[in-house]
Amino acid sequence: MTTMNMIQAINSAMDVTMERDNGVVVMGEDVGYFGGVFRATAGLQKKYGKTRVFDTPINECGIIGVAVGMAAYGMRPVPEIQFADYIYPGLDQLISEAARLRYRSAGEFTCPITVRSPFGGGIFGGQTHSQSPEGIFTHVAGLKTVIPSNPYDAKGLLIAAIEDPDPVLFFEPKRIYNGPFDGHYDRPVQPWSKHASSEVPEGYYTVPLGKAAVVRAGEAVTILCYGTMVHVALGVVEASGIDAEVIDLRTLLPLDIDTIQASVEKTGRCVIVHEATRTGGFGAELSAQVQERCFPYLEAPIERVTGWDTPYPHSLEWAYFPGPVRLGEALKRVMKD
Amino acid sequence: MADEAGRNLRPLTLHVPEPKFRPGDAVSFDDMVFPEAGSVARPPVDADPSTLRDLPFSLIRVLDPEGKAVGPWDPRLPVERVKHMLRGMMLTRTYDDRMFRAQRQGKTSFYMKCTGEEAVAIAAAEALHRDDMCFPSYRQQGLLIGREWPLVDMMCQVYSNAGDRLKGRQLPIMYSVKDAGFFSISGNLATQYPQAVGWAMASAVKGDTRIAASWVGEGSTAEGDFHSACIFASVYRAPVILNIVNNQWAISSFAGFAGAEATTFAARGLGYGIAALRVDGNDALAVYAATEWAAERARTNCGPTLIEHFTYRVEAHSTSDDPSAYRSAEEAKNFPLGDPIERLKQHLIRLGEWDEASHDALQAELTEQVRAAGREAEKLGVLSGTAFNHGFETIFEDVFAEMPQHLKEQSEQMAEERRAAGV
Repeated sequence: MTTMNMIQAINSAMDVTMERDNGVVVMGEDVGYFGGVFRATAGLQKKYGKTRVFDTPINECGIIGVAVGMAAYGMRPVPEIQFADYIYPGLDQLISEAARLRYRSAGEFTCPITVRSPFGGGIFGGQTHSQSPEGIFTHVAGLKTVIPSNPYDAKGLLIAAIEDPDPVLFFEPKRIYNGPFDGHYDRPVQPWSKHASSEVPEGYYTVPLGKAAVVRAGEAVTILCYGTMVHVALGVVEASGIDAEVIDLRTLLPLDIDTIQASVEKTGRCVIVHEATRTGGFGAELSAQVQERCFPYLEAPIERVTGWDTPYPHSLEWAYFPGPVRLGEALKRVMKD
Repeated sequence: MADEAGRNLRPLTLHVPEPKFRPGDAVSFDDMVFPEAGSVARPPVDADPSTLRDLPFSLIRVLDPEGKAVGPWDPRLPVERVKHMLRGMMLTRTYDDRMFRAQRQGKTSFYMKCTGEEAVAIAAAEALHRDDMCFPSYRQQGLLIGREWPLVDMMCQVYSNAGDRLKGRQLPIMYSVKDAGFFSISGNLATQYPQAVGWAMASAVKGDTRIAASWVGEGSTAEGDFHSACIFASVYRAPVILNIVNNQWAISSFAGFAGAEATTFAARGLGYGIAALRVDGNDALAVYAATEWAAERARTNCGPTLIEHFTYRVEAHSTSDDPSAYRSAEEAKNFPLGDPIERLKQHLIRLGEWDEASHDALQAELTEQVRAAGREAEKLGVLSGTAFNHGFETIFEDVFAEMPQHLKEQSEQMAEERRAAGV
């Protein structure tokens, strides 16, 4: 075991898989010699050479399209899109191609690619460095979507994603690359080294896709969250004294609905938290499924705490970010009766 | 070795570009050979693109090594306009230095300098009409300065403060100034390129007389939007100038990752039948002349022009970047096209219109101008995570012309929750 932050854990996951499988290639803008603008691919080009870790032209359509082609050859590309906000030129290749290749060729061609991309706000990145577009991808048949919330999971999930036979969107919450963030922007940031989940094995292990984690057991209310919001939720629960069960989804699709259902049937209340915009967001899907499966158990309306339905503002970031104030109020409402 | 079918084939290899110099390397640009100033012919503005096929592989230069303006591209400007460009470039650099320091002092989140590339925007602003429409990337702050837009207004945007007309919504330097013919800057790369073509097409549809111009970095020419812009500009002979600012580096990726090992960026125009020029981007007179030529071409319905400005990004990509991790610090010093401000200064000195004393006096005046603007802007606040410069309700404004019910509800919810929580 060694202590890693999220960046180091993600780097280690690529290192471990590249070591085991020479079909794994890493590609993207600035990922090669420089090692990525967030340093996630640091050292990989030096270790595995320029034909397995390479910089690309600034063309997200090309990055993903080329990855689909390399996957069709039989390799396992791990393309990086530098910010999730820049993924849109690649949508045709992801939605029309990667997601459907297995289906339309009846398994003749497959697409085991893992698109890594930093996402989410909390870094004063403005509207082009802060978005949470996961709901676009969970809406597409044929794509898996994974979002880790800590170094241990990040490494295990990324290895599982790279080894997965189908295309995976792996969104990395950039706000917590260097330390967990509970939403209290006016307090000092804690490094990962003070957090148990920064204990990460140096070698190979996986955290299976499609399995949620109950990160805090409780009886009073179920909080469904992922990424940065896991830490916001844990902070609010600790401060409020409410005996909430906090579930880190880890994989949005395929969704671990059994864990969710068992929890909501136990608590009878459910709050859903994500940073993405509200309307048509992944929280809407969660809310629908909980209602469909747990209706007789529900003692209060399901609450959604999300980003507002506006572009992500720059200077008013902390009024936009669904932080402790908003989650705290939602918990009060859901616990009222 | 023979394969299963008995064929004796060589294994394929993948070419991955590699820049000549990395951190610590001694840098020599001796292999960069440019035509002498004044040596490139200046075709008539209505020339058919098929007769212009050498220009993308050449380099239009007006200022010779001594600072003399030579050859057919010399725009023969009145000296006052040359001085206006020098002033604009110096003001741009002075402004950049101040705002960079402001970011380092924690007064804002982000900044991007254009050091070494000042001529590209300033000379274009000088050559275009004031009402021609600009679709810039994030490194053409010189267009606003060249059009004499108030520095205080620009600084307020950088500070996201109470004076920021964009209500603190945009990342610093992503200006929007309709009154200066300056389109709202996007952080997404090259998206402005087809938009400029569309604006130019609209101007033609309406029988207007204004033209459009856009700028992208050489790295961004890799985006599909670049192709979209070129094909529409070519098909409709749109009155547009498509500028490529080849500053050699896209964050850590050298121009080879945008295709520079294979051909020039100007040569991209050939495949579309678009007239294309390649210009010494550190020579303000050459940039002026090329822009003037392209503008005249557009204004007379002769179609679009692609211009590659060959220059160098002297500083980091942004305040979030550290170029010492990926390129040799010697590159900027040894770049063979020199510094655009220094070169125009030498030109004016050679004309007998300038000297070190007048240069120092102008620098002192500009430094004071920027300092005064900075003081005024900071009175309206700086960016801070805890002191909000705009009302929370502004988050919900301007998503649509008319606020739909769900946004009104969310706005009320925000206010209610903050009241309930006592914050």
